[in-house]
Amino acid sequence: MTIAVSKEADTQELSGVEPKTCLKVGIPKEIYPGECRVAATPETAKVLQKYGFEVLIESGAGANATFPDAAYESVGCQILPDAASLWEAADIVLKVRPPQYHPQLGKPETELLKEGGTLISFLWPAQNPELIDRLAARKATALAMDAIPRISRAQKMDALSSMANIAGYRAVIEAANNFGRFFTGQITAAGKVPPAKILVIGAGVAGLAAIGTARGLGAIVRAFDTRPVVKEQVESLGAEFLELHFKEDGTGEGGYAKVMSKEFIEAEMALFAAQAKEVDIIITTALIPGKPAPKLITEEMVASMKDGSVIIDMAAEQGGNCEVTKPNEVYKYKGVTIVGLTDFPSRMAAQSSQLYGTNLCHLLKDMGGSEDYKIDYDDEVVRGALILHEGKVTWPPPKPATPPPAPAPAPKPAPGAATPAAEKSSSGLGGWIWMVLAASALIGMGVAAPPSFLSHFTVFVLACFVGWQVIWNVSPALHTPLMSVTNAISGIIIVGGMLQISGSIDSPTTILGAIAILVGTINISGGFLVTQRMLKMFRK
Amino acid sequence: MSTNLLTVAYIAASALFILSLGGLSNQESARKGNIFGIAGMTIAFVATALSPLVTGYTTLAATIIPGAIIGAILASRVAMTSMPELVAILHSFVGLAAVLVGIGNYLQPESGLVGAEATIHEIEIFIGVFIGAVTFTGSIIAFGKLRAILSSKPLMLPARHFLNIAMLVATVWLGVQFMGTENGLQPLLIMTGIACVLGVHLVMAIGGADMPVVISMLNSYSGWAAAAAGFMLSNDLLIITGALVGSSGAILSYIMCKAMNRSFISVILGGFGEGAGAPSGGGVQIEGEAKPTTVEGTVELLLNAKSVIITPGYGMAVAQAQHGVSEITKILRDRGVNVRFGIHPVAGRLPGHMNVLLAEANVPYDIVLEMDEINEDFPETDVVLVIGANDTVNPSAMEDPSSPIAGMPVLEVWKAKDVVVMKRSMASGYAGVENPLFYKENTQMLFGDARKNIDAILGQLLTQDEAGEKVLVGAK
Repeated sequence: MTIAVSKEADTQELSGVEPKTCLKVGIPKEIYPGECRVAATPETAKVLQKYGFEVLIESGAGANATFPDAAYESVGCQILPDAASLWEAADIVLKVRPPQYHPQLGKPETELLKEGGTLISFLWPAQNPELIDRLAARKATALAMDAIPRISRAQKMDALSSMANIAGYRAVIEAANNFGRFFTGQITAAGKVPPAKILVIGAGVAGLAAIGTARGLGAIVRAFDTRPVVKEQVESLGAEFLELHFKEDGTGEGGYAKVMSKEFIEAEMALFAAQAKEVDIIITTALIPGKPAPKLITEEMVASMKDGSVIIDMAAEQGGNCEVTKPNEVYKYKGVTIVGLTDFPSRMAAQSSQLYGTNLCHLLKDMGGSEDYKIDYDDEVVRGALILHEGKVTWPPPKPATPPPAPAPAPKPAPGAATPAAEKSSSGLGGWIWMVLAASALIGMGVAAPPSFLSHFTVFVLACFVGWQVIWNVSPALHTPLMSVTNAISGIIIVGGMLQISGSIDSPTTILGAIAILVGTINISGGFLVTQRMLKMFRK
Repeated sequence: MSTNLLTVAYIAASALFILSLGGLSNQESARKGNIFGIAGMTIAFVATALSPLVTGYTTLAATIIPGAIIGAILASRVAMTSMPELVAILHSFVGLAAVLVGIGNYLQPESGLVGAEATIHEIEIFIGVFIGAVTFTGSIIAFGKLRAILSSKPLMLPARHFLNIAMLVATVWLGVQFMGTENGLQPLLIMTGIACVLGVHLVMAIGGADMPVVISMLNSYSGWAAAAAGFMLSNDLLIITGALVGSSGAILSYIMCKAMNRSFISVILGGFGEGAGAPSGGGVQIEGEAKPTTVEGTVELLLNAKSVIITPGYGMAVAQAQHGVSEITKILRDRGVNVRFGIHPVAGRLPGHMNVLLAEANVPYDIVLEMDEINEDFPETDVVLVIGANDTVNPSAMEDPSSPIAGMPVLEVWKAKDVVVMKRSMASGYAGVENPLFYKENTQMLFGDARKNIDAILGQLLTQDEAGEKVLVGAK
């Protein structure tokens, strides 16, 4: 299907006819100071063309991400000289950062957007209500990459995750850069080097990426998260998962963390205080959606750290997890380097542009490509990301029909815990009833039964108990031989037959007894021999 | 031989039987255990034959010798994959013998029994024949189902519970009649007929996956039948042996039921797996798609793995793939791969069936582990090969409380890095439950006949090995 579309696009290009359905996607240069990323790389631009879009690039858009204009031109993109003409020409504008005041043109980017045009970028609608208002005034359609729902199908469009992954990696690199020692432990001719100890707080995508990177460099990594479910993931990366002896699950809606109780936070802080004295590097990634970052590392903790230690506060943009973090700044506080950088992905612009661009490609493909481009309210992913539709505010989206996963695990242990208890009590009661029944049966038997029966009965009951004890010791691997051997010895019933064959040869008793012996003997010899055969096979 | 000597011989035989079962507690002592069993049986037989009560030696020889020969032939011919059938048919023989001995005993009235003793004796006969008859026909049906002569699907007659109860009531009523009259042969025979029908009906209603429980249960019944015969003959040896066998079967049934997380009653009442084909039984719908893989892909996974766990199921027995599996295990172990087997208690159609098959194929028993022993090792395992198992590796037993198999302990194969499932098709297992394992991200499906696939994998491994040797030779 995609091939067909691309062929069509090619032929259209050749014939030079401007088709109506061919939507123009515009990639402006990011104007946020220090932002190096770009919303499309030459590679993703090629993919967009394959989906039938025409790709317009503002001159110099990719320069900071090491993608010169020539690279875009060589894959068939059209280069436009300035931002104004690009915004004017594009039907859909792809950006990284939310629109803001354009310093060169002297007006906000929202003003540049075509009336009724479409914008796809990070928007943070909760934090930027006036931006949404301005876009609405332009009758714009806007999709926020930060509002893509976190469902399996949308993973390939989840820009937050792809950026967080890069940020986590980069955070460790920055830490290494500011840390005066090796990460890996070594024993060299010049002496022993202890491995660096790193504490990662928050094991989301960024945290896990940081753990993996730090482990790869040879450090000893510990991780903490309020959500016990991530323990397995942390351990799978070779880090130690720190646990509080405290029963509270911090798993919130959509797999994010939620605010914890006061007691929990106190226990957590005590843990961090103890760890701070020990570890060399702390990387914090704790974020709660729609709230300022929780303060986890206090000034005292920082002061208690060894000189030369490093704190990477990845939540700096949301206020920071550390009390002394200064956003966008790297400085020393009482001998500890505090890194408050907020532009980790931008520092790896080529990589992050590629991943972000790919996320955008997937989203546009999901929306039908150029041919069948439409805003589908039934598409859970598009609906989640859709902030404005032709000027109408559509955010926040209605709650999906499926309940959030959070309540599911919570009640689960409860019935689990309740059922055995209930079973126990009922079986306890049942046990009493059985005991009483057994006792009355025994008394009844003692009153009525003759002594000869009772002596046999004694033997029977004792044999049952012996059997019970002996059989539990049988290894499960030998259950089949056990069955065949019990089969063989139950052939002992021939003894009963043997006692019956001594009468006259044609009496029914003798005949029945003889048949019983015949089949019983088959059992005995067959059972024992097959057991022997099987047991011979078992060898070390 | 005097009665006292006979009693002493019986005590020796009983002790030997107990030692025999005790010997099965591990593989080293198991063979000795079997010898003890044979010795016990020989002592019991010789002592009985020499006792003054037995004089019909011609008849004895005429029955014992052919019986022993038939048994020996059966034992030497049976394939290990058909062990369940053999065990089932042998159970039916015990049941039949119990019926015959019971009726024969009734026809040969013992003198000197009056009052309560006579009543008890008659009750013993009646119960012995009843259990024997149920065991007899039940085992034959089980045999038929295992042989696939009969459909392994449960037969669901309307009002089947009512039917069972009616048959039980009739049995009790006949029992009263039997006790009341002087000539009770007629009620006894009618009851035997009813018990036979009951045995058929009980086992017909049980699905293929529950066969391990049924076989253990019939094993238990055959023991109780022997014990009942012991009571009517006032023979302690029979009572002891019957009680041993009976409790052995009961424990096995219990273990099997626990392994399937089902109550004994629900198995007896039957009808599991009736909803086969109805996806997921109202459980969570499964998202995603199964990823097929190739023999080459599987070989590559195996070669790059450090630890491999193989979890076989009945499918391996059906395809007779155990020898190939054993060869693969050997090659991989020679290459330093840690290969182990994880056996679910109800894998196969007989308790411990998989262990016997693997032993037959020369897999060392110390790498064949039970579910409980191996379950915690899955997260550290690189590759899991699932061969012809389905329900025993179904994660929905743990993850989906609405699943019909919820709570059943399963092999947690999905925790391994990669899982290769060998299966003929995407069909669901005996329990009729969809298996989300097939849709997990780390699962790949290798479709086709297990034996062909195993042989293909083996072939590739062998050529790899030869190539490796050539390189080594070249280096020299």
